[in-house]
Amino acid sequence: MTTAISVKNLGKKYQIGAAETKFRYNMLRDVLVDTMFAPVRLAKALVGKSDRRVNQNFVWALKDVSFDLDEGKVLGIVGRNGAGKSTLLKILSRVTEPTEGTVSVRGRVGSLLEVGTGFHPELTGRENIYMNGAILGMKRNEIDRNFDAIVDFSEVNQFIDTPVKRYSSGMYLRLAFAVAAHLEPDILVVDEVLAVGDAEFQRKCIGKMNDVAQQGRTVLFVSHNMSAILRLTQEAIVLKKGQLIKRAPTPEAVDFYLASGQAESGERVWEADEIPAASAPFRPVAIKIKERSGAVVDTVRSTEPVVIEFEYQLDAPVTGLRVGMYLNTMRGEYVFTAFDTDDAKQYEQFGARAAGRYVSRCEIPADFFNEGRYYLGVNASSFGVKRYFMDENAISFNVDISGAPGTQWPEMRQGPIRPRLNWKIEKID
Amino acid sequence: MTELTKHKPTTIYIKPSKGLAALNLRDLWTYRELIFFMVWRDVKVKYKQTLLGMAWAVIQPVMTMLVFTFLFDKVAKLPTEGIPYPVFSFTALLPWGLFVVALNQGSRSLVAHNNMVTKIYFPRLILPMSSVFAGLVDFAIAFVILIALMFYYQVTPAWNLLWTLPLFLLLALITALGVALWLSAVNVKYRDVNQALPFLTQFWLFATPVAYSASVVSAKWQILYSLNPMAGVVNGFRWALLGAGNGPDITLWVSATISILIFVSGLFYFRSMEKTFADTI
Repeated sequence: MTTAISVKNLGKKYQIGAAETKFRYNMLRDVLVDTMFAPVRLAKALVGKSDRRVNQNFVWALKDVSFDLDEGKVLGIVGRNGAGKSTLLKILSRVTEPTEGTVSVRGRVGSLLEVGTGFHPELTGRENIYMNGAILGMKRNEIDRNFDAIVDFSEVNQFIDTPVKRYSSGMYLRLAFAVAAHLEPDILVVDEVLAVGDAEFQRKCIGKMNDVAQQGRTVLFVSHNMSAILRLTQEAIVLKKGQLIKRAPTPEAVDFYLASGQAESGERVWEADEIPAASAPFRPVAIKIKERSGAVVDTVRSTEPVVIEFEYQLDAPVTGLRVGMYLNTMRGEYVFTAFDTDDAKQYEQFGARAAGRYVSRCEIPADFFNEGRYYLGVNASSFGVKRYFMDENAISFNVDISGAPGTQWPEMRQGPIRPRLNWKIEKID
Repeated sequence: MTELTKHKPTTIYIKPSKGLAALNLRDLWTYRELIFFMVWRDVKVKYKQTLLGMAWAVIQPVMTMLVFTFLFDKVAKLPTEGIPYPVFSFTALLPWGLFVVALNQGSRSLVAHNNMVTKIYFPRLILPMSSVFAGLVDFAIAFVILIALMFYYQVTPAWNLLWTLPLFLLLALITALGVALWLSAVNVKYRDVNQALPFLTQFWLFATPVAYSASVVSAKWQILYSLNPMAGVVNGFRWALLGAGNGPDITLWVSATISILIFVSGLFYFRSMEKTFADTI
């Protein structure tokens, strides 16, 4: 068997902190001092010596990653945000260079992370197909040959000579995906693209990926969606903090991933400079997504209850306070809004709260969520008086639906919730 | 999906590049169609949703020429070696227009296409190159106007020198591309370039004999003056088309040398910065 991808001791170092130090101006004085030193900075930059203290802040997004992948295999890559998945894909598709180590890639790499890159709103669908195809490295005769297939796949036939700025977002996305899908790469890289578009479109994407795999091409599939990984891949690697910590047949790797290595995500801690002065006396401290066992997690199982814990500080007594959350899907649809003092008795007891540190905790029951990623916003206010604090995107988490109702059928279910309903079937005739 | 690709897969080795990066011209050749499509897109999109459309390519240089004619011919009465001032200045506006496009579009090309840079691989050189080439379309249109102007003012072209025009056009392209390479690569990291561009363009225009004749610069300053590579290009255009000036002398060689230096150093600077573009943009 030929090796399609061979990765050896791959490492990628990123500089961080430059932006942080740059924008942390607290006083006008700092700004003025900084402006005064501008000529010095210019001189340093030109001779290639940038600021020392900035240079020392770096992080290894990938470190010592090695693996081989045979041609025609479908490999899943899992890991939480910042584990290095995207960096790995970017190196494989030559967008960025590694800091150390080597990769050899046999054949053309096509990726579905580049859907719609180079699309110009003023150009028609037809023109954009050629443009985008060229950007993805297709030859013109290759585009000619696949043109009809691309148009059919995208289902925008009658609008093909209309500028894409007149397209709906769905049409735009379908066309963009259609071009990328017909690149005929030897190695296909898929990164979470399945999270966008409607259910019918997602079904097509998965179909496409299966086609590609069945033609004996190599596929790398990155997703937070464990059921998709389980469905589509035979083998998976787990990345954690830039290191490859597990390679195993997919079910084993997914179990390993869900059971371990999750400790620090599922938690958001507010730094002092993230809290606007106007929110006083309310001060958010942290929000956590927990399993019932108490473990902080980034991915929850839909078949188990989820605990959401919001910790905050009141620097002065507040009356009429309600602390709550908004839950949104990835596409920005509201799932629900709820406050800790929604219950009248709770409000009597906690509407007026003395200064001090508090936790508002709630449990979302099992069999509630459908699969996907959800965004949680927080809000603290006194109704009709003042909104102390609001962060519409405080934290996000994934829901894994293994074992949820209906998972025996490999299909997407519409809607943000997936309840276990009490079905009765009677024969009445 | 129709059928399996017929090409034989080639193995690509990815590793950190050390020292001066090789130019990798083969890659550029593989992606030559992309250059064509980028230029085609730029031209196609440039005048979309404008009332006057392609007419802008005519209006812009003609208006500049009219303003120059009023200011420098009617008011300041600058010497033009016996050539009607509109033709004299328009001849210089041709390469200058090309250079301004390169300076402005070329320098912003990487940042303007940052979604391409951060998402896919292609030789990054394509971006500044195609914005410079896109300027050639406006150049061609302006050239037609120049011919019309020469007819109107009954200026005979310098037939015996006309064959040198492609060489000066090449020099103009090399200068424009060289400057675009430098500025676009610096712009990725330091957006100061965006702020400096309007000023730089204006300053450069005054330092180039577009509105006036290079002969107004006194002899002892000529060498210093020719350090501006655009001075050589503009003088060359006037000489090739109108027979104005002394023709190639030491100042032209100084200008041309500077152009080539800017271009070659720009190429290497660009290539050595290229690996960090996706991370810093």
